[in-house]
Amino acid sequence: MDNSPPLKVEVRNFNFYYGSNHALKDINLPIYENRITAIIGPSGCGKTTLLRSLNRMHDLYPGNRYEGEIILYPDKVNIVSKEVDPIMIRMRIGMVFQKPNPFPKSIYENVAYGLRLKGIKKRSLLDEKVEQALKGAALWEEVRDRLGESAYSLSGGQQQRLCIARAIAPEPEVLLFDEPTSALDPISTSKIEELVVNLKERLTIVIVTHNMQQAARISDYTAFMYMGKLVEFGATEKIFTKPDNQLTEDYITGRFG
Amino acid sequence: MGNEERLKRVILKRKVVNVIMLSLSFLTALYGLIWLFWILIDVVVNGISFLSLDLFLKDPTPPGIEGGGLKHAFIGHFIITGLATLIGVPIGIGAGIFFAEYGRHSRIVKSFRNITDVIVSFPSIVVGTLVYALMVKPAGHFMGISGSVALALLMIPVIAITTDEILKLVPNSLREAGYALGAQRWQVIKDISLSAGKRGILTGVILGVARITGETAPLLFTAFNNNFTTFNPTEPMASLTVTIFQYAMGPYEEWHGQAWASAMILTFGTLLFFILAKVVVHSTRKL
Ligand SMILES: Nc1ncnc2c1ncn2[C@@H]1O[C@H](COP(=O)(O)OP(=O)(O)OP(=O)(O)O)[C@@H](O)[C@H]1O
Ligand SMILES: [Mg+2]
Repeated sequence: MDNSPPLKVEVRNFNFYYGSNHALKDINLPIYENRITAIIGPSGCGKTTLLRSLNRMHDLYPGNRYEGEIILYPDKVNIVSKEVDPIMIRMRIGMVFQKPNPFPKSIYENVAYGLRLKGIKKRSLLDEKVEQALKGAALWEEVRDRLGESAYSLSGGQQQRLCIARAIAPEPEVLLFDEPTSALDPISTSKIEELVVNLKERLTIVIVTHNMQQAARISDYTAFMYMGKLVEFGATEKIFTKPDNQLTEDYITGRFG
Repeated sequence: MGNEERLKRVILKRKVVNVIMLSLSFLTALYGLIWLFWILIDVVVNGISFLSLDLFLKDPTPPGIEGGGLKHAFIGHFIITGLATLIGVPIGIGAGIFFAEYGRHSRIVKSFRNITDVIVSFPSIVVGTLVYALMVKPAGHFMGISGSVALALLMIPVIAITTDEILKLVPNSLREAGYALGAQRWQVIKDISLSAGKRGILTGVILGVARITGETAPLLFTAFNNNFTTFNPTEPMASLTVTIFQYAMGPYEEWHGQAWASAMILTFGTLLFFILAKVVVHSTRKL
């Protein structure tokens, strides 16, 4: 495809093992810049495992092993290379988790944390960037007068938007979402979907979801996984209208999963 | 209809059980409180008439001679427990952090953790003799600081275990959120784990200090005693507990009275410390 956008991440012949459990098998997947790529598939197929490979979260636990490459553009570093510092990768690739997990700190400090990690100390600059991030996460209007309050005083949906603000504040190049709306009500969900769509102007998004409609609504590309393998990847429209693979069709039409 | 009847009977039975259990737990709480108040009343009744400003401001007079106080023991007690806290708190918290944050996947650290569990229940006199062998014997004389070391050894496992348990309660998802932003391990510990667990850890410190304020046995072989006030922790040093022990065993009426008064001060001092500490813990913001 010549008219596809530039690559941001490219997964090449990637295998992942939890000890002896071969969880990802020979994955090849392009992730395009400023686009939303959805990863779908039945429970246990390896979506979370793949997502967490992209920011080296697996390094936190012993016994995990990778094979293959994940290239981050434009500088073409191999994310999973032993020589590459996972801290550097995580500063460039942010993550939003399934359940809202704000820190036991104030709303302001939650958003400022990633900025402080990057060495930003000047109060005025922090203020400015915190405000920007909260606006970017469509939360600013609701919290502007209570920035000093505990993050736990927010509702679940607000907490998740706070987590998005926290993740975008340090301006990562890629943002990973692992079922970010599965713990939320429909209104909070649609707010976050809208937010994700708006965010793609600024960064590249990979989102794991169990919600087929959500994938169809917001993503540009969809990857369908099954039992640790990538079965099919393509433009979302195509995957949801005329997939090449019978398994994909069965899954999106709800015949299994 | 029979169904409704049965439901009513089940609910009635539950209510009865509920009342019985509540009364039982109330009685057990009462049982504990009765002894506590008995002790409080006992020390007040016996000690209050010997309470005077001289008790705090004067060193003891030779036995049998009227007057004098226990200034040396109050000061010694404060110095010994203060130094013990200074030594014990950082080491205890550090060990707890090590168990919870670094030792999660290490079998060696886990066995250290289990040993700590055992040490908590060591008789304190054993710790006293250990410090005697390691510090007092080589130095050739008793020292206040060796008393502090013995007390610190007693409080370290208490604080370490509480810290460990509290940090284990901090959800891993919080740590992962920190790592995902690019934090290093020490930053995650400092900014997230400790921040989330600070109230619980503080409570552990209070428990640790409470554990040592009333100890006598480990001080007998370490700080020993002194009839005069000293601020030098390398000299033998008096403490309230050892002095109470000595005076209570002594033959003089005056000594007994002063021992009661000191016991009263120590008891209420500990109580006051507890209450103050609780207030501090509750005033630290729970975010
Ligand atoms: N920490 C782990 N240790 C060992 N095996 C694991 C671990 N985490 C996941 N697995 C296994 O790896 C496989 C993929 O799991 P993964 O969590 O990536 O699935 P998923 O597609 O995200 O599922 P879900 O939709 O339920 O979240 C599963 O078979 C799972 O049992
Ligand atoms: Mg998952």
